[in-house]
Amino acid sequence: MDGIAPYDPTTQYTSEPAIKEIGPEGHDIPLWKPVNMSRRAFLRGVVCSGTVIAGSAFLFSTATKARADERAVERMIRLTVNGRTHTVDVAPNETLAHTIRYRLGLTGTKIGCNHTECGACTVMAEGTTIYSCSTLTHRVRDKEITTVEGIAAPDGTLHPVQQAFIEELAPQCGFCTPGQVVSAVALLQKNPKPTVDEARLAMSGNLCRCGAYDHYLRGVMKAAERV
Amino acid sequence: MDVMHQFELYQPSSISDAQAILRDNRDAWIIAGGKDSLDWFKTRVMQPPAVVDISGIEELHGIREADDGGLWIGAMTTLTEIAEDAMVNEKFPMLAKSALVVASPQIRNIATIGGNVAQDTRCSYYRDGFPCYRAHGNTCYANTPTAMNREHALFEVSRCVAITPSDTAPALQALEAVFEVQRGNRTLEVPAADFFIGPAIDITRMTMLERGDILLGIKVPGKWAGSRQYYEKVAERQSWDFALGSIAMAAQMDGNTIADISIVCGAVQCTPRRLRDVESLVQGETVDEELEELVKRVAARGAQPLNYNHFKIPLMENLAMRAIRSLA
Repeated sequence: MDGIAPYDPTTQYTSEPAIKEIGPEGHDIPLWKPVNMSRRAFLRGVVCSGTVIAGSAFLFSTATKARADERAVERMIRLTVNGRTHTVDVAPNETLAHTIRYRLGLTGTKIGCNHTECGACTVMAEGTTIYSCSTLTHRVRDKEITTVEGIAAPDGTLHPVQQAFIEELAPQCGFCTPGQVVSAVALLQKNPKPTVDEARLAMSGNLCRCGAYDHYLRGVMKAAERV
Repeated sequence: MDVMHQFELYQPSSISDAQAILRDNRDAWIIAGGKDSLDWFKTRVMQPPAVVDISGIEELHGIREADDGGLWIGAMTTLTEIAEDAMVNEKFPMLAKSALVVASPQIRNIATIGGNVAQDTRCSYYRDGFPCYRAHGNTCYANTPTAMNREHALFEVSRCVAITPSDTAPALQALEAVFEVQRGNRTLEVPAADFFIGPAIDITRMTMLERGDILLGIKVPGKWAGSRQYYEKVAERQSWDFALGSIAMAAQMDGNTIADISIVCGAVQCTPRRLRDVESLVQGETVDEELEELVKRVAARGAQPLNYNHFKIPLMENLAMRAIRSLA
């Protein structure tokens, strides 16, 4: 019966691509030029250009919605992260995780569940750990924020917690590790010599899907001997 | 990624400012720690146009000793502060314990006691935005032959079968706490038994707080300070999870006999449930195996289980028994 023929892999079903642009030398101009760029640097570039666009949009246009009510919070705030004070444009409904990742480019803090259920986004606000994914940035704008990028020494020497986690093979896939590091460092700042139970309680707000809890716990106890 | 809807954010620094904002914005939503509220916003089930963050109001913070030997706890005091406070641990260890078992450390660091007692129920149907009775609809999705209702209520069901999610609420009710509520120019003092309301009173609310009300603080009277106390929470996971059952008990002992007792069970009905039967049974008795057996028999009397929550009956009986056994 005539009709739609069965699929034939040798048949060209789609129309030919549009006429290729030919350069002056006669060969194709590559439309996309690969550059030697790491994933991290690429992301940072995207984040930074986004910040520039957003920043210039804020400065040079009236597109930013004016506050309907003068008593509501202002968008431009000063935020201290890892000892550096930034002036950032923060929407009223913006979470801290969003601000530090997408406005400040500090992508070490991960967003896992975005619902206070995993701990990957853990940061410190003046020494206490909080879930940055579910904290409004305006709520903590007066507090000193420490993310995982602010844990190691400025010269790159790892914090004892980070070193111990590496030695104990704590990170498996590594997605929860920034949160685990921050939780462990906050614990040791408050209580340099925790018992195993205290450490377990302090780390109980961080999920690890790889199930490397014992490794993390051993890491915390090992780090406690060194700080 | 769940991005919240756009809203105006207010951060008043005084109660009168907050009240003025709440007067001007009829649909304003008060947030404290924001742990419950932001979840609502992210799932877009609730989209209030104005959000009032009252955590910056100084008067709502702190723990103070009261004249009667009790404590006054500001509504914006975080659960970590309560769990670690020396006065709370000395006078009301069970309250400290109940604050310590809430969720996870990061949540306790920012979640407040005011928010913990005023949070909305965790019924998954209601949370997912089903138009149930509680959401001004005309049916209950959790009480049907096929509904998943392991977490739901055993007692005092009135159309809605949701339960109280708060861990501190049973402890506060057992300690006969009084809630200070600012309503207009008046400061109301509401006993715990009246603060938490069931669906028979208002199916859309968990507490007596109305639009525009601000919870200022919680007075824990000195009556039970330093008494024998017991708190236990049972949940599927030791971290994060909400209770399947919890028990809070305070008792005055006269030698070996129980002179006075207050015992409250959480997560079995829409409000914390005071176990009057158990109280009258054990008053003036000494704790022995026979009494424990009797407690087990009366603790869950009158329970009307749904399809999947029968397990809560023995759970509740055993929790009550363990609380009484701790007095032996």
